[in-house]
This record gives sequence, C-alpha cells and structure tokens, in this order.
Amino acid sequence: MEKTRTLFDLQRLYATDPIEADRLVFGRESDPVTRRGFLRNAGLSAMAVVLGGSVVFAKDMPAGLIPALLLEGGDEDLLAKLGKDKGLIVLNDKPFNIETPAHLLDDDVTPETRMFLRNNGLIPTAVDVNTWTLTIDGEAVERKVSFSLKDLKTKFSHHTYRLVLECGGNGRAEFDPPAEGNQWTVGAVQCAEWTGVRLRDLLEKAGVKKNAVYIGYYGTDTHLSGDQDKVVISRGVPMGKALEDETLIAFAMNGKDIPLAHGFPLRLVAGGWPASVSGKWLKRIAVRDKVHDGPKMTGDSYKVPIEPVEPGTEVPEEKLRIIESMPVKSLITYPKSGASLVPGQKLNVRGHAWAGDLAVKEMHVSIDFGTTWLKASLLPPHNRLAWQRWSAELTFPKNGYYEVWARATDSEGHSQPMVVPGWNAKGYLNNACHRIAVRVK
Amino acid sequence: MAELDEDRSPGHLRLLAERIGRNVNLLSGVTLLLGVLFVFLTVFPEVFQRVFVASAPEQAATDVGPIAVDEGIVNGIHVETGFIVDDNLEVVRGTCTACHSAKLVTQNRADREGWTKMIRWMQKTQKLWDLGDSEALILDYLAKNYAPQKKGRRARLTNIEWYDLTP
Repeated sequence: MEKTRTLFDLQRLYATDPIEADRLVFGRESDPVTRRGFLRNAGLSAMAVVLGGSVVFAKDMPAGLIPALLLEGGDEDLLAKLGKDKGLIVLNDKPFNIETPAHLLDDDVTPETRMFLRNNGLIPTAVDVNTWTLTIDGEAVERKVSFSLKDLKTKFSHHTYRLVLECGGNGRAEFDPPAEGNQWTVGAVQCAEWTGVRLRDLLEKAGVKKNAVYIGYYGTDTHLSGDQDKVVISRGVPMGKALEDETLIAFAMNGKDIPLAHGFPLRLVAGGWPASVSGKWLKRIAVRDKVHDGPKMTGDSYKVPIEPVEPGTEVPEEKLRIIESMPVKSLITYPKSGASLVPGQKLNVRGHAWAGDLAVKEMHVSIDFGTTWLKASLLPPHNRLAWQRWSAELTFPKNGYYEVWARATDSEGHSQPMVVPGWNAKGYLNNACHRIAVRVK
Repeated sequence: MAELDEDRSPGHLRLLAERIGRNVNLLSGVTLLLGVLFVFLTVFPEVFQRVFVASAPEQAATDVGPIAVDEGIVNGIHVETGFIVDDNLEVVRGTCTACHSAKLVTQNRADREGWTKMIRWMQKTQKLWDLGDSEALILDYLAKNYAPQKKGRRARLTNIEWYDLTP
C-alpha cells in the first residue's frame, strides 16, 4: 500500500537525500560528480514548468534545490505537514510563525509537536549533511577554522541541557497602541532538551583575541524576497554569554536530529535570551571586534527604550538598547482556560516559570484579581536556564466567575506585573501575569 | 478573525502539492506533472509574477495585473486570504502577498502613518519596491480596514470555551 507522502515528507527527503528527491519529484538526474546541472536534460522541462519559466542557470543549479514555490504558501494543513499538534495556532504561513496555546505547554520537556515556530525567512531546502561545515572566523579570531558535522560529533565533548527559548515578541498582541509584527499571545516559548558541543570549546580552536566583543551567527535560510544573497537574520550575543557552559552548538533536540524547521543540522542555542539569538541552520560564527551588526541586530529590531516612555512615543535609535536576558515569566499549563467546577471542587493548578539568565525564587497564584496571593510550590530547575515546575491547590469560596492569575518572582526580587509593562514600538518583553478563566456553578 | 481563518478553503498550492505528494512514486515521467502544473498555473497565474518579482522586483512596481477575488467571499471576508473585501483589495493582495502571507497583514492594526512606516521599513530592509501610485490605494485600504483598536492596559479574557472539569 502506498503511503501518502506529505509535502513535508518531500522536504525531509530533500534534506536527507537531495539527489534522490530530485529524481522522484522531477525525474531529474544531476551530474554525480559535481552534483549540479541536469544529465541529459532529465527533469529540466518539468522543473522549468514548476518555476514558470526556463531555469536560466540550469547547468549550475545545485542538486536538491527544491523550488521554494512548492514549499511555501497558504495552507490549512500546514500544521500536519510540519508535524505539529493540530491545536497550535498559525499566525503566519509565509514565513512560518506558529504559536502554542498555554495548555499544550504542560510537558516538562517540550516535544517537537508542541513547539512554537518562528521563522524570519524560508526554510532551507538543500541540506547535505556530508558536506555541511561550521566555520568560525571574524576580526577577533587568531585563525579561521571549519568543522564538519562529524568533527563536531567526534572531536568535542557532548553536553545536554534543557533550555528555555522564548521569542522576544511573545505577548506582543497585548500592547496598546498596537505593535507591528506577528501577534504572539503567550505561547512563543518552549523548553526542549538540546545536545551539542560548547561554543566555548570551538572558539578555543579558533583562538579568541583580546578585542573580541560579540559573536554573530549566519544560517542558510532564504530571504522572503527570494534574493539568495540577502541574509535573512544574523544575530548574536556578547562574549560573556557566548562562553557560558550552556551556550551550545546543538546537533540534537530531545534526543534526535534537530527537526528541519527548527534548525537541522546545527543550531546555536543560548537559553534565557530572545530565541532569535539561537540561530538555525548554522553555517558560520563570526567573532566580532564590535557589537555584531547583522540583519535584525540594528535599527529597532530586538531593542527596547533605555528610559521608559509614554505609550506611542517614537524613540530614536540611540535611545534603544539591545534585549539581553529575558524577564521573569510564568504560564498556567493546567487546566486549560474555561474550566467549569462544581461547588467545593478543589483545583490543582500547575505550570512553568522561568527568568532569563536568572532562577525563579517564588511563585504565587491569586483567584481574587490580585487581592490576595497564595504561595505555590516550586521545584528547582533541571539545570540552569531550564524552566521550573510550579503547582498549587486552589479552593473557591462560592459560586461565580474567577480568574487564576500566576506571578513568578526571580532571584533578584523582580516579579511579573499584573498589567502590560513598558510600551515599546516593536512589542517586546510583555511578561504580564498569565490568566485563565475558571467558574464554579 | 480567528474563526474565519479556520474556515479558509484549501489553497491551490496545497492541491498541487498534495497531487505531487500522492503521486511522487509514480513520477517517472513529466506528463502528469505537466497536467498538474497546467491546472496550477491556470488557477494561480500570479505564480509567474512571483517568480519574476523575485528576480526583478523593481519592474513589478505598480503593474500587479488583474487578480480575481470573487472565488470565495464569506461575511465580507475573502476566504482564501482572510482579507476584508473592500475597494483596492486586488492591489493589496497582489502587492503584499508577493512576499509574505496575508496573515501578516490581517493580524496587525495601525493608522495610516503606522502602515506607511511598515511600508518604509520593508522598502529599507526587505527589498520592497517603490509602490508608485498603488501606495495611496494600499494605504486607503489598510488604514480603513485594519485600524487600531483600543485595548487598554489589560483586556478582559475573551473567547472562553467553558468545559466541565471532572473532579
């Protein structure tokens, strides 16, 4: 019986065996030595029709470059194709931006199926694990070095950490005046288990010079404009964060190869900072002698006002700072909002709390709109930069409508605000307390 | 908007993709593909435009050509894209969805000045071309149909789906 192959299966096939994928889809056979061009023009006409015109540079076209048109575009079955739980919410299908409702984030280790997806460009389609290399260069290294995937896996010690990755714009939907961009509500956060080598160990091989300030990553995603030479996003972290134990060049997520949409075959992972610093499809790390200036490091991207401003205020670039560690935050992951209880029924609520580079010290919940707070039990993190499990048992004094509010406090005493915090034009860093609706009747 | 998004009819691209997908093991020749692609390009003519936009965006500045939007309208919403049906929808669709999903437009709210800023940002950093005479038409449409709504410092919880939580 023939298994129905989804478009994403095709994408996986292209990722693992581009030449075979070309043969299956287009009848294309490329030169076995150069892996370019079309042997006997096999498949060329079919591909030309797909692309809506002749393939101008056919002889140079690399094998396995699946036309982006086949992969991108509106699609209600997108979640299934991407291997995502059907309860996730598609904010944007080109590029892919998909968030997870809070009640689907209950797992201690977020599975791929329930992991939010935030892409700036188009997912790369030709990933050849045999030729893939990671290069470390830049103004502030003694020597440029390159590693194959095999080098990384065999020549360096492996480390595994659970790391919280949260989009800098998680919570953007609540800002007033509205902030432009994908309107994330609460679910652009995840805590997966990443395995890889320490960036620090690789930087040692390149020799970091005294003038090093920042590292910047480069990946292989394609710009939405289709311009193959335009870098989609290239962000990074200061040397201090780059050299931490938990900052990894990861080749596995939750014990398996990283899924293509999440960065296969390599991803820089720096937990606790905006997830955009954790560059996917990693090809290159530049060690810079200044603050990295790649796309989305400059202008107002991932920046907030240095001094708090009245909502709607235009803030010049020199009065903005780059977001570093994310603020303290928590989610109620059980029950799902809308729980209806019978009188006297106890409710065990639970969730996760995290605090960027810091730990969460205390967790409180309220059922009376913040008038009184009950201290929740809180577990230590599995490792530094992992989220922490909290739980509490609630009783409700009489019938009626309630909201359960959750508030975390970090190790330096900062708590989540009850209202939306400091307005900023791009809608970053909303860590207002999470709320769910509960009724007793 | 959310519930309307869920009602979106399957895109033509998906139909194409699924047909390719189901038949992937049979694709020894190109005949079937040609058939599928003929259908695809017949119903999805802007593909040609998108391909050429990618290679020469400046030439596509104002001439987005006629795009039929009457293939599915429910409650004033163009089903395939989720756009509100109003004057100038054709030029909005033809321009905005050349590079990104319509959802990136429909989930945002801004006044005319705010939408202008987003266009300038895309022109400065994202290779958006000079929109020429289309710009005013696009801004008319966006500022009218996707204007800001007051949310205050914290909105009430909405769209609560009540369910019995068994003890």
